[in-house]
Amino acid sequence: MEYADIPKEKFEFYKREEEIRDKRLETKPVGYFKDAMMRFCRNKSSVIAACVLVCLVLFAVFVPIFCQTTYSSSPTDTNYLLYTKFLPKCKWFAWAGWDGCSKETLNASDYLSRRAIGVETGMDPIVKVYRENYEDPTSTVNTTYYDVKTDSYIKNGMIYLTLTPAEYESIQDWQNETGIQVIYPAVDNSGFLLDILKNNANIWYECTQKGAPKLDRDGNFIPLYKTTGNDGEYHSLRIQGDDGSYRYAVATGTSTAVSYKVRVFTYTYFQYRYGFEPSFLFGTNALGHDILTRLAGGARFSLLLALGISLINLVIGAIYGAIEGYYGGAIDLIMERFSDIMNGVPFIVVTSLFQLHLSQKVGVVPALLFAFVSTGWIGMASSTRMQFYRYKNQEYILAARTLGASDARLMFRHIFPNALGTLITSAVLVIPGVIYSESTLTYLGIVNLDSSTMTSIGSMLSAGQSQLTTYPHIILFPALFISLLMISFNLFGNGLRDAFNPSLRGTED
Amino acid sequence: MVKYVLKRIALMIFVFFVILTMCFVLVKLLPLVDPVQFGKDMNLIKMRREALGYNKPILVQYGIFLKRSLLNNDWGISEALYRGQDVWQVFVSKMPATLMVNLYSLIFSVPLGLFLGIYSALKKNKWQDYVISTLIMLFISVPSYVYALLVQYLLCFKLKLFPLQMNSGTDYFTWSMFLSVIPAVLSLGFGSIASLARYTRAELSEVLTSDFMLLARTKGLTRAQATVRHALRNSMVPVFPMILGEFIGILSGSLIIEKLFGIPGIGQLYVNSITSLDYNFFMLLSAFYTLIGLAAGIVVDISYGFIDPRIRMGER
Repeated sequence: MEYADIPKEKFEFYKREEEIRDKRLETKPVGYFKDAMMRFCRNKSSVIAACVLVCLVLFAVFVPIFCQTTYSSSPTDTNYLLYTKFLPKCKWFAWAGWDGCSKETLNASDYLSRRAIGVETGMDPIVKVYRENYEDPTSTVNTTYYDVKTDSYIKNGMIYLTLTPAEYESIQDWQNETGIQVIYPAVDNSGFLLDILKNNANIWYECTQKGAPKLDRDGNFIPLYKTTGNDGEYHSLRIQGDDGSYRYAVATGTSTAVSYKVRVFTYTYFQYRYGFEPSFLFGTNALGHDILTRLAGGARFSLLLALGISLINLVIGAIYGAIEGYYGGAIDLIMERFSDIMNGVPFIVVTSLFQLHLSQKVGVVPALLFAFVSTGWIGMASSTRMQFYRYKNQEYILAARTLGASDARLMFRHIFPNALGTLITSAVLVIPGVIYSESTLTYLGIVNLDSSTMTSIGSMLSAGQSQLTTYPHIILFPALFISLLMISFNLFGNGLRDAFNPSLRGTED
Repeated sequence: MVKYVLKRIALMIFVFFVILTMCFVLVKLLPLVDPVQFGKDMNLIKMRREALGYNKPILVQYGIFLKRSLLNNDWGISEALYRGQDVWQVFVSKMPATLMVNLYSLIFSVPLGLFLGIYSALKKNKWQDYVISTLIMLFISVPSYVYALLVQYLLCFKLKLFPLQMNSGTDYFTWSMFLSVIPAVLSLGFGSIASLARYTRAELSEVLTSDFMLLARTKGLTRAQATVRHALRNSMVPVFPMILGEFIGILSGSLIIEKLFGIPGIGQLYVNSITSLDYNFFMLLSAFYTLIGLAAGIVVDISYGFIDPRIRMGER
């Protein structure tokens, strides 16, 4: 039947009341970045690495803000030397050995002098005795040994301090307020011949001229406290067994400029000074710096430096590579030779030259930055150039050019987005490289970033190396941190590279 | 081919001179140590400086420097580290230690790296591959000084298998010397094992899936035959130049490992020359490192052409 023969009434209006429109798409469009994101998420190890990375970055960002104490924020304090080499201590994990204690072998005389600290202050540095009073058959010295667990926070014991009257007064007031004994009675050390014994604040008992304690018949220490002399009207806590006759300070100087030499307990003096009991999550290093905040500060510096360098490299490399790749020909040849030459300079030579030259004038950090940037952009430039060569002769570029697009627009609007994926990947992979080189340079001492307020992971490691055998914790935490950072950065970067590489699309399944 | 090689060498020499000039000018801009500080060596240093034309314009100095250093192999005398000694002599005397440690580490890491790479490629996506790949990832990522410290702490201190530092002295072929360099060799080797294994694995697993392997199997070769005769040979094309590059790289040594294990080598000399501002050492070693780097690059590039005749060098 012909179309024209159909009678008119057989026709119906289709959906007269409703609007006619296209069907809504049921799936969302997947763009380049979304696709990359999806493929990245499918790679489990990279996702885990990204999470670890976020944790480490958060550590570096927030620990210096929230874990800063009155102790770690006063790095020029001379008292730091009282609190060196404390072992890591965490009250929730004390059962796992994270308790600031270490195993030691002491000879009898050392053992007794450690015990004496406990007897005097009530805080025994010897937490546990594993094996007591045994003789070492290999030793020629006629002495017995003790295997003990010592608390590194207490074992330093007493120290002599010379205080001004105001400081002396303020400690006494604090003692009255809190009931914690800081100042312990002065010792009558006139009987000692050697200065080493006279200056040892831990000796409050009678001992031989070699410092070995003498015990009475019951095995107790024989106190040697001073009962005469001027102690500037001491009016505060007295130790147990004091009938009021002990003197708590030795006044020195003239009557107009008097100062007091007192014996203070380092542990409680710390409480007085900084307002909390000493307890360091990662311990302290050989100079008494808190490793936790110092590590976080160093890590934050490293990350910031790496991020900055990676961004600068990205910008310089992208522009340089874009010009090379887009114009080609003679420009490309000349620029390529230039980057060849720059590429030939060993990095270590550049850095040392920059350090020798610039660090005096502009400071160590800018000199380091220049050194990294001066050779770092080459990789970025060559990958941008490659992408430009690939895309610049395609039809859509020709179309845009026909429509009158300028060179700059063609370069950065039409070609550049194609190179973005690879560039982001290499920018991310630059970061661990920079952190690695920076820590290497500081470790070697070619670049010196270490000061009382700033440090880097490399200098922490090199400072701790001399204590590797006795205090491995000084190295452990920085080493652990940088290893984790490197592993997670590399895994993350590899994941990104695979995700942004379109040729791998669909091959993972 | 010859033309390409010559072109590359010419370029290398050009780059080398540019870098040398740059270093020279920059070092010359730095202030010199006052000769009065040298005490009894004062006159010696003064005379040497006069002979090297330190008081003449910088271009003349550069001419003198080039003539002396490159033609007569006279790089000046040390002013801070080994006062009064000839820089070149000291440099040569430091060479054996670096060479020995690096050679040992290559001897132990190349076969192991190749083996691990080949094994994990053959067992691709099985548990052996996963274990090896994870280890490779670990050793590539973790900085070398971290596992050097670990080696030092565990093997040398806790287990007391090796001494903490390398033996001093120059008797390089005794047993105790060999024992004392093992920690350094291990720490140097881990990194190169990992990178070699990763590279080999990637190359070999790509070759194993290619079409000519299928053809080799169809014409009746067993899997082992096909792998050894076709896949391995093809996968070695990019791997072998890398090994070659490492062989040249052993001259330069590792700065960190040398510092950590007290190896009296070139790396330590370089670090010390920077920290004690001994410019003559610095010039010599910078030139040396640059030359090594450039030469390694060229040898690697050219070796592609020799190993695989299908690759024509310098073609467009």
